[in-house]
Amino acid sequence: MVLSTQTSATTLDGAALRRDFPILNQPQPEGRPPLAFLDSAASSQKPEQVIQAIDTYYRTINANIHRGVYELSEAATAAYEAARQTMATFLNARQARECIFVRNTTEAINLAANAWGRSNLTANDRIVLTVMEHHSNLVPWHMLREEIGFSIDYIPLTDDHQLDMTVYAQLLEQKPKLVGFAHVSNAIGALNDVAAMTRMAHDAGAAVLVDAAQSVPHMPVDVQALDVDFLALSGHKMVGPMGSGVLYGKRELLEAMPPYMGGGSMIRKVTLDGTTFADIPARFEAGTPAVADQVGLAAAADYLTAVGLEAIREHELELLDYAMEQLPSVPHLTMYGPEDLSKRSGVISFTLGSIHPHDVAAILDGENIAVRAGHHCAQPLMAALGVVATTRASFYMYNTRDDVDRLVAGLHKANEVFGQV
Amino acid sequence: MAESIYRELILEHNKNPQNRGTLDPADYSYQDTNPLCGDEVRIDVRVADDKISEIAFSGRGCAISQASASILTEMVKGQPLDEVKALSKEDLLDELGIPLSPARLKCALLSLKVLKAGIYGVNAAEDVWQ
Repeated sequence: MVLSTQTSATTLDGAALRRDFPILNQPQPEGRPPLAFLDSAASSQKPEQVIQAIDTYYRTINANIHRGVYELSEAATAAYEAARQTMATFLNARQARECIFVRNTTEAINLAANAWGRSNLTANDRIVLTVMEHHSNLVPWHMLREEIGFSIDYIPLTDDHQLDMTVYAQLLEQKPKLVGFAHVSNAIGALNDVAAMTRMAHDAGAAVLVDAAQSVPHMPVDVQALDVDFLALSGHKMVGPMGSGVLYGKRELLEAMPPYMGGGSMIRKVTLDGTTFADIPARFEAGTPAVADQVGLAAAADYLTAVGLEAIREHELELLDYAMEQLPSVPHLTMYGPEDLSKRSGVISFTLGSIHPHDVAAILDGENIAVRAGHHCAQPLMAALGVVATTRASFYMYNTRDDVDRLVAGLHKANEVFGQV
Repeated sequence: MAESIYRELILEHNKNPQNRGTLDPADYSYQDTNPLCGDEVRIDVRVADDKISEIAFSGRGCAISQASASILTEMVKGQPLDEVKALSKEDLLDELGIPLSPARLKCALLSLKVLKAGIYGVNAAEDVWQ
């Protein structure tokens, strides 16, 4: 790792960190500039350390876990459970068993919605979500509502594209059973005050589920300090492998929940008459899990810890600040999300005059700048903002001011190609 | 290179679309979306003497989807229905004359899918997006 070149915990050398990420250093075709990867909010790139961890697992440890009595299987089981402990430490969970391994944030929320929701919600209940949610924190609840018939209220946006805390307080007066919200909006980068919102929810008697897919990779997240009841994350957005992730849940809540999926590994005893279920976390991990990927996720958590999440947050804020200085030079640019940078992550969502976001992204691709365009799986948020789609640039530890400069130049070019002066 | 898809013809049709609007009543009307980009295209057609006598498109989306709809309406206006039925995706792509990635092909072919589904039914449009 390149950490030895760093001088303090709060400075981070994006250009140096890039050397850890093979995909960012691939040779480009003649005349094509290096890749400016500004789509980490969709999925981050992977450092050598994570790729190596997966490689080592398959070369030296691989066997099915929790089954064999032979040495290799025991080594694989130990690696898997060590990964769970690493994630618990990373999130500051009280116990490893509070971390359920899942494929991604979507699966984590589906697990919580089905296992907790089915045993806690009735037709007379209400839950509170927000208009800025990713579809992964809307659709599972919509599906469950179809079955159970509870009501869903949504916290709207303020004019500054933050959650409206006044309306939130009013919604809590109706005694919802659960409040679910994103720590950071994937589409506009709004950073929500999880600790304050959780206190308010608990005072009203509601449980709290946080979609932390866009925060855990970019800033310190301490589940005990935040006091959340459930927290969902995806490995692939935090320099870990695709197909890895965690649902954190408070032990007493998880222990009271019925299983979500049935099958191998999650049982205590099965007869032809029925099944008794294993304790947590196994109860929620039916079937052979993605052992190598969760081992890779632990390597990713170790990597983030070594780089320093405070330093990553500082670096991204610095890039955001720089981008906010440079971007206003681009004619016709409209940006979305809070103006107060302390209430934002390193995500910039924008439209460029009458040019469709996909065309903007295609012009940028011509300059080898990777951004996302579309509704960002947040159609209700797009509707609230009055747009069909936006183009989104998102920063991570390996981005530099040069990436921002190229983005700005690319947007000038898009205006030029479309004759927008 | 992505840039070369924004050739003059595409930009011109995007800026000054031909046959933009709706027809009411129409003999055939159909609308569809490209879920990937959220492009929307609706095409209304009037038929006289087994030919497309009038055609109009409406909708919103990326330059490729909207320019393609404009170009397609120009291609088929006044054409006999059986020739329109025989029109292939290659015919439209040749007319557009731009290199497209698999993702952007759907933007370019949405208009043809909508036209064929509207006149000949959804099954007849299946091969357009294959």
